Amino acid sequence: MLDSGEGYITPDGRQIGGVMMEMKNITLRFGGVVAIKDISFDIREGEIRAIIGPNGAGKSSMLNVINGFYHPQEGEVWFRGEKRPAMRPYEVAELGIARTFQNIALFKGMSTLDNIMTGRMTLMRANILEQALWWGRAQREETEHREKVEKIIDFLEIQHIRKTPVGRLPYGLQKRVELGRALAAEPKLLLLDEPMAGMNVEEKEDMCRFVLDVNDEFGTTIALIEHDMGVVMDIADRVVVMDYGKKIGDGTPDEVRNNPEVIDAYLGVSHD
Amino acid sequence: MATQKEATGALDTIPRLLARNAAAYGQRPAYREKEFGIWQCWSWAEAEEEIRALALGFLVLGVDEGDYIAVIGRNRPALYWSMVAAQMVGAIPVPLYQDAVAEEMAYVLEHCGARFVVCGDQEQVDKVIEVQDRVHCIEHVMYQDKRGMRKYDHTHLNWLHDIQVEGRAAQTRLAHELEARLAKQAYDDTCVMLYTSGTTGKPKGVVLSNRNIIETSRASSEFDDLSEKDSVLAYLPMAWVGDFIFSIGQAYWTGFCVNCPESPETMMTDLREIGPTYFFAPPRIFETMLTSVMIRMEDAGALKKRMFDHFMEHARRVGPAILDGKPVSGTDRLKYRLGDLLVYGPLKNTLGLTNIRVGYTAGEAIGPEIFDFYRSLGINLKQLYGQTEASVFITQQPDGEVRADTVGVPSPGVEVKIDDTGEVYYRSPGTFVEYYKNAESTAKTKDPEGWVATGDAGFFEEGTGHLRIIDRAKDVGKMADGSLFAPKYVENKLKFYPNILEAVVFGADREMCTAFINIDLTAVGNWAERNNIAYASYQELAGHPKVLEMIQSHVEETNKSVAEDPMLSGCQVHRFLVLHKELDADDGELTRTRKVRRNIIAEKFNDLVEALYDGSDSVYTETEVTYEDGRKGKIKATLKISDAAVVPVKPQKVAAE
Repeated sequence: MLDSGEGYITPDGRQIGGVMMEMKNITLRFGGVVAIKDISFDIREGEIRAIIGPNGAGKSSMLNVINGFYHPQEGEVWFRGEKRPAMRPYEVAELGIARTFQNIALFKGMSTLDNIMTGRMTLMRANILEQALWWGRAQREETEHREKVEKIIDFLEIQHIRKTPVGRLPYGLQKRVELGRALAAEPKLLLLDEPMAGMNVEEKEDMCRFVLDVNDEFGTTIALIEHDMGVVMDIADRVVVMDYGKKIGDGTPDEVRNNPEVIDAYLGVSHD
Repeated sequence: MATQKEATGALDTIPRLLARNAAAYGQRPAYREKEFGIWQCWSWAEAEEEIRALALGFLVLGVDEGDYIAVIGRNRPALYWSMVAAQMVGAIPVPLYQDAVAEEMAYVLEHCGARFVVCGDQEQVDKVIEVQDRVHCIEHVMYQDKRGMRKYDHTHLNWLHDIQVEGRAAQTRLAHELEARLAKQAYDDTCVMLYTSGTTGKPKGVVLSNRNIIETSRASSEFDDLSEKDSVLAYLPMAWVGDFIFSIGQAYWTGFCVNCPESPETMMTDLREIGPTYFFAPPRIFETMLTSVMIRMEDAGALKKRMFDHFMEHARRVGPAILDGKPVSGTDRLKYRLGDLLVYGPLKNTLGLTNIRVGYTAGEAIGPEIFDFYRSLGINLKQLYGQTEASVFITQQPDGEVRADTVGVPSPGVEVKIDDTGEVYYRSPGTFVEYYKNAESTAKTKDPEGWVATGDAGFFEEGTGHLRIIDRAKDVGKMADGSLFAPKYVENKLKFYPNILEAVVFGADREMCTAFINIDLTAVGNWAERNNIAYASYQELAGHPKVLEMIQSHVEETNKSVAEDPMLSGCQVHRFLVLHKELDADDGELTRTRKVRRNIIAEKFNDLVEALYDGSDSVYTETEVTYEDGRKGKIKATLKISDAAVVPVKPQKVAAE
């Protein structure tokens, strides 16, 4: 299925493009602890790519490497055909990579609208003086950004909490607002760190639909970490399986499901 | 303009009214919808253009005269336009309840043989696709919201916007055909078909003609002086006859603006932003609004709270009188004015009711305190009584004659009569044509002279001529001494107390009435907390002596109010007990819409009913219950039976207290 560099067609008929991001032999150490050991995989344009694995497998560390928060000791990160130098997270954000967090990281006292507006930070051009005086570019820009933000609010069906401080919202909605903020940056690649964690079945179904719709409507490439195997197998196009910092499987959900090593990791065979 | 309105001759279909509005009120707003955080607006001229494009698009798609076009979705301008566009091409719109399960939807689509279905969004489209293998009449499905629809097979699926684009492109080719179809339409052609929700048996398609809708809209608009300057918020189901009359019938007749909320959840915010002048809500909505006000006042600062309590007390005393234009002393007026400045005004503003000129509630009984609360604020809230078969209006309350316990006088043009059994009949220009493909039911409901049975029992109050509805006709019976027994009338009065969740009154063919009471766990639990009453379970709380005392006072209050009515004074509750379990639909005691199933309860709790009548003061009982996971269990309890004071019935012995 992955024989050419030109992408493939998913079972539901979506065209997946060429390689967008490639991780080459990444190794990440914290002192003596090896969090990620010699892992390589790629993420393709328009794809929903999942990273799964038991607790402590190194999934979040992997996301933090992509995100530029951690710098691997060995290996290279290639983005759109170029080797990416060590970058700070905000520089990575400017490249068009946005993310959500496992533990919600919103501004609790600010409204939904304002939180999502902060997602557009990297796209604002007006300088601090213009912003402070709300003059010139700042004024023009605000209207423009607000319009984009309203489209996202409409998309995520959170009109009713537009003006509500996010701290007062239930968990499932906060997660949705966080997704909204990430979308506001108009990312090319969206990283989701356990978007369904702690949700009930209905909230999970909603979130799944939003993830699929984001991919479908905006053509955004998505890389997500998830514990819930059912969810992953349903929505991901390809899955990387990690265990103890190593990659033990990579392929379509079906391939991964039948991979003996993966079964071992999930059914709990002892490691020696 | 006035002359135009009277000339019903030329304005005998909705499309003709649309043309009149586009000409007379071209620049005035016809539709508003909040989208992307902003109110988008269409003037009558713009709306006409949109609807016309849609109608031409329907022609391109092959809609024939007499076709049925189903419309499913929440209130949005484009769906209203679809209905009018359907009428323009000679088709009949059939709005459906969007929350209907696939099963019901399949039945209705099959029954009317809808060739075309217009959906709001993906959710509705999915439902239609799901039933399509059973319902073969559907040829094309259209949808408004494009989201999530990209991957669907579009051979028989169309984006509504594309239909309009195609319609505009076909303007020169098809305009002639459209004009020809418009010219053919007559006053007695079908305007719309609405399915009754069907609490008993299958839904029935109520066929309403242009005459029904337009006569009713004209009469009711004149009754309340509605004009093109009014505005409404369209948020009630489009399949409900009320929404059709308010948002299409009256809106097109008078040319007022229909506002559609951003989403069902934002309804309250949107209400505040729009501040409609004409508003309809079932009692449930008014109740929720009042509760939220009360809860927020509990949390308010001491000064605000005292101000609120003080001025609300004053408003309750003089507010309704001022609203009705009755004489009120100068100082009271002045104080009311001050209260308006400090409390009533800001409160109405928060609720979005500042501009209300006319408000209606209907559908079920509204609690008098709730009703009086809104009226005391100066909101002209009235009651009406109606049904789908009557194009809504049967009776309504004229300004200045508004009360919580009546449903008003017959609406203009409506004749109402009561038969020997007490059942209410009506005849009016709005009376439906027939039930679609159901001559048998039509004949059963409507007699050859046009009188329609409502299925409700009621009577006209002497002196005022107001109609009072007491119960469903089949539930009304006689007591042993021959006096009228109307259980629901008493139950409603009991249920107006927040502490009482449900009540079941017995008394048919008996000497006296008795009742089962269900406490409301939230309200009573709250009360218990404030009064330091500890309890471990529902059953324990329900059996607490203090609770029984409180319920007893409610029952006695109710008796006093029942006794005021000479016809129904026999229905006072002599003995009652508080049930040890909540009545539940899972146990078959309530319907899914939470209506009491009287006979089943009487049978199931036979021992309790007997105890109520044999004079014992407590009774031991075991009841089978079904848990949420389907397992069954037994609850054992000893229930205390209390006697309630009753007001002597005979009018000659008026209690001199």
